[in-house]
Amino acid sequence: MDPSWLPPTVIAIPLIGACLVLALAQHTPRLVVDVAALVTALFTVAGGAVLLVVVGAGRVVTRVGGWTPQIGIVLVADPIGTALALLAAILTACALLYTWRYFDSAEAHVHVLLLLFLAGMVGFALTADLFDLFVFFELMGAAAYALTGHKIEEPQAVHGGFAFGVVNSLGAYFSLTGIALLYARTGRLGLAPLGAALTGRGADVLVLAAMVLVLTGLLVKAAIVPFHFWLADAHAVAPSPVCALFSGVMAPLGLYGVVRVYVTVFGAAVPAVVAHRTLVGLGVVTAGLGAVMCLAQRHLKRMLAYSTIAHLGLFLVGMATLSGQGMAGSMVYLLGHAGVKGALFLLVGLLLARHGNVDEVGLHGRGRADGVARWLFVLAALALAGLPPFGTGLGKAISEEAAERWWLVGIFVLVSAATGGAALRAGLRVHFGLGKPPTDADPDTTSGEDEAQEGRFPARIPMTMVVPVVVLLVGAVAIGVVPAVADRLAEGGRLFVDQAGYLEAVTHGAAATQTPAPARWWTLSGVALGVLSTALAVTLALLAVHGRFGWLGRLLDTPLRTLHRAHSGHVGDYVAWLLGGVAVLSGLLILPALP
Amino acid sequence: MNMFPYLVGGWLLLVGCLGVVRSRDLVHTVVCVSVAQSGTYVLLVAVGYQSGAAAPVQGEGTPVPGPVVDPVVQALTLTDIVVSATVTALLLGLVIQIAKLHGTVDPDRLNDLRG
Repeated sequence: MDPSWLPPTVIAIPLIGACLVLALAQHTPRLVVDVAALVTALFTVAGGAVLLVVVGAGRVVTRVGGWTPQIGIVLVADPIGTALALLAAILTACALLYTWRYFDSAEAHVHVLLLLFLAGMVGFALTADLFDLFVFFELMGAAAYALTGHKIEEPQAVHGGFAFGVVNSLGAYFSLTGIALLYARTGRLGLAPLGAALTGRGADVLVLAAMVLVLTGLLVKAAIVPFHFWLADAHAVAPSPVCALFSGVMAPLGLYGVVRVYVTVFGAAVPAVVAHRTLVGLGVVTAGLGAVMCLAQRHLKRMLAYSTIAHLGLFLVGMATLSGQGMAGSMVYLLGHAGVKGALFLLVGLLLARHGNVDEVGLHGRGRADGVARWLFVLAALALAGLPPFGTGLGKAISEEAAERWWLVGIFVLVSAATGGAALRAGLRVHFGLGKPPTDADPDTTSGEDEAQEGRFPARIPMTMVVPVVVLLVGAVAIGVVPAVADRLAEGGRLFVDQAGYLEAVTHGAAATQTPAPARWWTLSGVALGVLSTALAVTLALLAVHGRFGWLGRLLDTPLRTLHRAHSGHVGDYVAWLLGGVAVLSGLLILPALP
Repeated sequence: MNMFPYLVGGWLLLVGCLGVVRSRDLVHTVVCVSVAQSGTYVLLVAVGYQSGAAAPVQGEGTPVPGPVVDPVVQALTLTDIVVSATVTALLLGLVIQIAKLHGTVDPDRLNDLRG
């Protein structure tokens, strides 16, 4: 059987479902809308799972409309792209289940937007055409801006949605400019034909400028410093289940795009060492800044958002090795992180539903009666730090091994410990009432006191809100304990960095060569480093809860205030940083190639 | 090759971004985003332009004699315009809500998302 009908089908299911839900919403009760949306998401999950099995350790190539790859649009499903599409579908299903009891109003906007968002993400992960990538990028973006500003009567939500929309749109236009330049030079738009046209030609300044521009839009989506400002604002104001999608899969898809475009289009034209150096540098800065800002938050959703930024930096460091192993490690890490971070966002959403507040100080001790949720929060915080056998721990271990250099390993340990420690600190304060509530507050930070109520103060925690949390955490464990996941991703990583194989598959439909990638599994040092970062996280959380930083705290006060002030919430500032980022990226990528 | 349209495209993109940076009114911000996007239209159409070539419309039985301009970039521009309409409408809708809820559309006076 020819499986080439599968990839377009997986993209079409959520699109058709969204139209159906929109049509149904006019005439049917809320329950029908909920069920229809959830069924659509589950069908997409099933489609993604079938595709993953069919793809195996190869690629499924679809020539849309039967056009040849030189002219037409091609879809390519490989293990990594398909895994991301499946992840998007699973997280959307969890978000839809969670929203069942979450939103008061009976409107179907959220359902339709979530399904359109899913279609955009699946398309982004499966396309092999640069302009098509841009279109799905924008579809994903437009749905995401609307979801961010969903609480339309809340001042912060519309502000955050606006900044997100402006920054991401401008990033997308930079990408489009780069795409136009590439088309002008080569007359191609497909990733593989572009790569073929640039191979052997060498990279002149126009091609390098186009690369900087294309990568800019993707790096904005991936929230890499200095393009990261929108992410914390968007996460602070978006509904919690939407945040789980943003953190778990949307921003990581930006990273996927960066590496996919670099490898397939520019892999032969731009020396790997230049790209490697640049991406590692960006990743390290992002990880460091994210970790520091994460520790310095009291707004729980902002704290988790900065933790996401830190992790995106770590994923980028892993992917920047441009090796099969680094890609596989980052993917395992990314999948584990999606489960853990998704669970944490849903647990914060539970706090918001029960207590109408997401402020770490304001909620001090008020979450004591939250039953199972408080233990899940602590467990998820430890998993965020990389506790074995969670997928986060395994991904971190594989990435550390791939990164090789000791100082990069140190960054992995410290950053994951810092973000896990921040989450654990919040959990211990809110759910266990440990320590005294801190009194000082920087005027340049956002407290979580004004966050609009989501949900309807359930007296008991509804099952539809707990089940997705448990599903996500079990999923995160499964990624760490089922060897097939890591094996499949190791194969996928090898295919992902193989530019020649990709080109061959697109133009001739040749099957991937079957040289099995070396299996990656838990090693003694991996477990030890995972335990070490978890122990560091616990120490950090206990120290923070009891406020014992003394002179160190006073020393860090001024730099922290400066950092807080830089994250001003001002859309003009964010765009100025974006332009500065383009300049830095140009310097890093174009200057080394000049004679 | 005439460089002029390329320079105009690049200029529009940059001046749009600069306008967003210096904007004192969110409606102006949204228009500046549109200006930046216009740069991409100019660039795309310029890429496909050929001096003296006809429009790429092929009717049945009456093939256009001689060269035609590249239809691909024109299709890309149309797609781009659709995206622009969606995003502009959405952003303007958000500006209306910001004006209602904050009582101002000056970005310097919106300060509820910091740190």
